Parts: sequence; C-alpha cells; structure tokens
Amino acid sequence: MTASLPPFAVFFAGALLAGLCRGHLRAGLMLLIPVAGAVNMLALEPGQFAEVALLDYRLVLLRVDTLSLLFGYLFHLAAFLAILFALQVRDTMQQLASLLYAGSALGAVFAGDFITLFVFWELLAVTSVFLIWARRTPRAFRAGLRYLAIQVTSGLILLAGIIARVQETGWIDFDFIGLTGLAAWLIFIAFGIKCAFPFLHNWLTDGYPEGTPTGTVFLSAFTTKVAVYALARAFPGTELLVYIGATMTMFPIFFAVIENDLRRVLAYSMINQIGFMVCGIGLGTAMALNGAVSHAFNDVIFKGLLFMSMGAVLHRTGKINGSELGGLYKSMPWTAGFCIVGAASISAFPLFSGFVSKSMVMVAALDEGHPVVWLALLFASAGVFHHAGIKIPFFAFFAHDAGIRTREAPWNMLLAMGLAAAVCVFNGVYPWVLYGLLPFEVDYHPYDFTHVLTQMQLLVFSALAFCWLKLSGLYPPELPGVNIDAEWLYRRLFPRALARLTEVFIPVDRRLRRLAVVRGERFVAGVFRTHGPQGALARTWPTGSTVLWVALLLGAYLLIYYV
Amino acid sequence: MSDDRKHVFDHPRNVKRVLRTLFGVSALLLLIDLVYQRHVQHAMESIFGFYAVYGFVACVLLVLIAKEMRKLLMRGEDYYDDR
Repeated sequence: MTASLPPFAVFFAGALLAGLCRGHLRAGLMLLIPVAGAVNMLALEPGQFAEVALLDYRLVLLRVDTLSLLFGYLFHLAAFLAILFALQVRDTMQQLASLLYAGSALGAVFAGDFITLFVFWELLAVTSVFLIWARRTPRAFRAGLRYLAIQVTSGLILLAGIIARVQETGWIDFDFIGLTGLAAWLIFIAFGIKCAFPFLHNWLTDGYPEGTPTGTVFLSAFTTKVAVYALARAFPGTELLVYIGATMTMFPIFFAVIENDLRRVLAYSMINQIGFMVCGIGLGTAMALNGAVSHAFNDVIFKGLLFMSMGAVLHRTGKINGSELGGLYKSMPWTAGFCIVGAASISAFPLFSGFVSKSMVMVAALDEGHPVVWLALLFASAGVFHHAGIKIPFFAFFAHDAGIRTREAPWNMLLAMGLAAAVCVFNGVYPWVLYGLLPFEVDYHPYDFTHVLTQMQLLVFSALAFCWLKLSGLYPPELPGVNIDAEWLYRRLFPRALARLTEVFIPVDRRLRRLAVVRGERFVAGVFRTHGPQGALARTWPTGSTVLWVALLLGAYLLIYYV
Repeated sequence: MSDDRKHVFDHPRNVKRVLRTLFGVSALLLLIDLVYQRHVQHAMESIFGFYAVYGFVACVLLVLIAKEMRKLLMRGEDYYDDR
C-alpha cells in the first residue's frame, strides 16, 4: 500500500494540529495521534520504501523491515502510554516537544539512509531538551544545556562519519557497516554517545533526573533505544561491543546503590539494561540479536513504568530523594503496586517481561564462549534486582515512614501505569506475541524448570543478602550528596583548569599590555619632540638661509669637481 | 486519609512474617537444587547452589564495594554549583 505515510509525518502533523488548539481538546487530540500513527503503520509491509531525491542522493524516508517495524510498534506504544501519563499537563512547550520528539524517534528508525538518519538524530536532541528545560529551574536549564551540547556533538560526529563514508565508498545507505576505517569509527562513536557507552554516559544520568515528572518518561523511551537500533543495524557481531556491553552492565550498579535521587538511580539502571542489549548486539548471533531487541522492547515498557511511578511520587510530593521519602505505600498503594510490577520485570522474575528477553543474551554469551562476560552479566542481574528491584520500591514506598501523607496519583497516571504493568505481565506470561515480531525465528523456551529455578535462586538469595545487610546495619543509609563520575572531567576539571589558566594568564596579559602602552607613549613623545609644534623639524626657516645653504652646497660640489 | 491509621507494615509481626517467608523460600530453593538435576551449559553451573551463592555473594560485594566508593566519590550536594 502506498497510502501510508512515513510514521514520523503523523506525529509532526499531529504536533502542528495540537499547537492550534487548547485544553481538553488538545489533550484528547494528543492521545489520538499515536493511535492514528499505529493504524497508519499497520498498513506498512516489510520491503516497502519511500524515497525522495536530493541533489545526487536518493533519501529513503521509509524503509520497512522486521527490525524497523518492531521499534515502530514499540515507539507508538511508548508514546501512547507516556502521553496518557502526561494528560493533565497544560504546558504547550512540553506537549509539542514530546510529540515532535516521538516523531523524530520514529523518523530515525524508519530512515533508510544516513542523511535522513542524521536529520532525525539531531531533531531528537533539539526536541527532547525542552522536556528538561520545561522544569523551568536554573538547575534544569544548565543540565539541559549540557545535555544538548553532548547530543548535538554526537550528531556532528555522525555527520563527519557520513561525509568520510561518502568519500570512502560513495554510499549513504544505512545498513551493516562493521568496524573498519575512519568513517565506521566516527559513526560508531556517534552511536556510542547516544547509547551511553562508558565515559560517554553522563548526559543521561545528568539530564534525565532533571526533566519534568512526565517529560522524563518520554526521555527514557526514545533516545537510547534509537541508538540501540542503530547499533543493531550497523554493527551487529562487533566483538568490541560484547566488552563495552558487559562494562555497561557492571559499573552503573555501584553508582545506583549509593545514589540518592531515585530517578538518577533509574538512569544508572537504564545504562545497565542497555548494556545487556549492547552485549547481545556484539555477540551477533540470531539468538543474541533477538535477545537484544526484545529486551529493548521490554525495557522501554518496564523502565517507562518505573519512571512513571517515580514521576507520580515527584508529582504528588515534590520530593524524589530516597533520604526524604518512605512509607508512601500508605497514601499511594496503587502506584506502589505498579512500581513493584516494574521492579519485578526489570529484575527478570519469572512471569514478568525481563525474564523472557534478558536470558537470551545470557545463553548466547555462554554459547559463544564468553564465560567471563556471562559471569559479569549474572553479577549485573543480581545487582539490578538489588538497586532497581528492591531499592526503588523499598526507599520510596516502604522503609521508615517519612510522615508524608498525600493523595494517590491522578487517574490518567494510574491508567498509564496500569497499562504498562499489564504489558509487562503479558509479555512475561505469554512471550510468543513479542517473539513473533523479532527479526529472527525464535528457537528458545524461557519456561523450562532449570531456568525458572536458577533465576529464582539468584533473585531470592539477592533479596536475602539485602535483608541481612539491612538488619545487620551494614547497608549504607540514603544520604544526600553528589557522586563523582566521568562528568567530573567537564563539570569540574575543565572549568577549573580554564579558570586557573585565566588566573595565571590575566596578570601576564595585563603586564604585556601595560608595557606596550608605555613603549607606545614613549615613542609618541619622541616623535612629538622632533615633529611637534616646538620640534626642530617642524620649525619654519627663512628662504634666504635656504639659498645660502644651496650656494654653499654648490660651491662644495664645484670644489670637489676641480680636485 | 487519616494520619493515625495503622497500616500493614506498622505491625512488626507482619514484617517478621515477610522475612520468615523469604527464609522459607530460600531454604526450599536450595533443597530443590539438592534433588533436581539441572541441565547446564557450563561446568561451573553444576556446582551445588551455584546461583544461590553467586546471587548472595554478588549483592554483598556490590553493597560493600559501593560503600567504600562513597568514601572516595561522595561530595556535598552543591559540589558542582559552588563556582
């Protein structure tokens, strides 16, 4: 069918329409946009293309295959849930930014060439930053600026990579590249920044916790998953990704344990989950890639659910630090329940969504002969249960009662969380619908007795460890503070170094300038002495004396001539 | 919402119940490991209670290392703002 529009067009046109109306009408229209988008997308068939010509290049605005369709379904679902969650928001900036942001993500996953990808890559950055700025605090403004600078840099590196690739090959097709040559490396790094590779990850932990309660739900769904999609498209089977992914699963869990801002805990835990996907892409087998993209699908929903529950807490209490919360299950029992479903899903409890997707990556890691990586992933699996599965619900809703009494979240937030929780349970109980959407045929059965038993052993004994540490007083208390991470380089070292440099340079500069001024003044004074009104060279002489001097010179000349 | 209403975990008895259930389930899972022959992909998996011990040790290590990291990495909340 050629009647279908590229999916991003539905959201962009919807944003235009939404901008023209107000209030309930706009809210209702926004909710309809992902529905209309889904109807439009269901008519798409694999193998379909839509192209436009630009100068010498043909731009593929729409490339439909199983991989792009999977992310297409996912982003429509995520956009619907997030819009429902944000239904009570009456802020034009946030509302329009969220629609354009979701549209840009769809544009990127259906892009068939690098120029189209680049355009949507940058649009993702400039539309999403408004979801942080919409908090309208100086702190959020500065965090947004840092976020935008890093995101746009990723785009610039991507552009440099694309130009180098056109120089090398003449091709702009967005397909398998493999990690050879300058162009490939530049594109790899650009993807890596958006994918939150180690040392390139702090835009995520810095920016996302500063977004609005509803904005962060949108943020958590799109940017990093577009990057995962891009890696799966261009670099499957790149061994380096196995180790990068394993590192990503490991280091954030330590930060998550000591972090106090519960949305920042979720941001760290997000890097940990992306690590599993990156690892799967690096392994590159059918099983591993299926695991990576199905885990991306599940992660968007359960991480969205967790960010929603924390957003609801922030919305109702104005607080998000673990040290200030506790006992909220008394006022917000439904939110607490949905949060626990999200926590069980991210922890990969049997019957919840994480269980049916993460394990494919782990099985593939052993199959491909990476036992050390497998042990790291297993460590991270226990760790994610610890910091996301237990810590988030425990410190927000249970622990010691902080004495906060508030109301349950608004109905639309509860409905959005309820639907997300239902998807988590559905995918966990009946994974075959999700498996049917995967790029490769699935030859994997998550529910065999050994898998259920071992996973339960891992999780229950992790919970036991938590209880023991908590009861024996070994568990570190929630404390307000900042934990130094790689961002220290550009938030502390570089500004400090620059300040120090100017501190040293300014006196030197001042002395040099003063010296120049003094020298200049002295020169001017010298010139003034000879050429000024009283100067020897500026005096007027009588004509007679000049004639005398000329006669003298001529006499001297004659004398020399005769001699 | 009344402030003085007693909730489920305000009774220490209920907290104890949760803990006792957890201990019971842990013991049961180890017991199953004793009698059930798991199929394994890698030799180390076949050690008795491998997953249980690994999960427990991993979490304890995670927390203890993170606690030490805090001494090294933790700064005041206005650390980046005090320029």
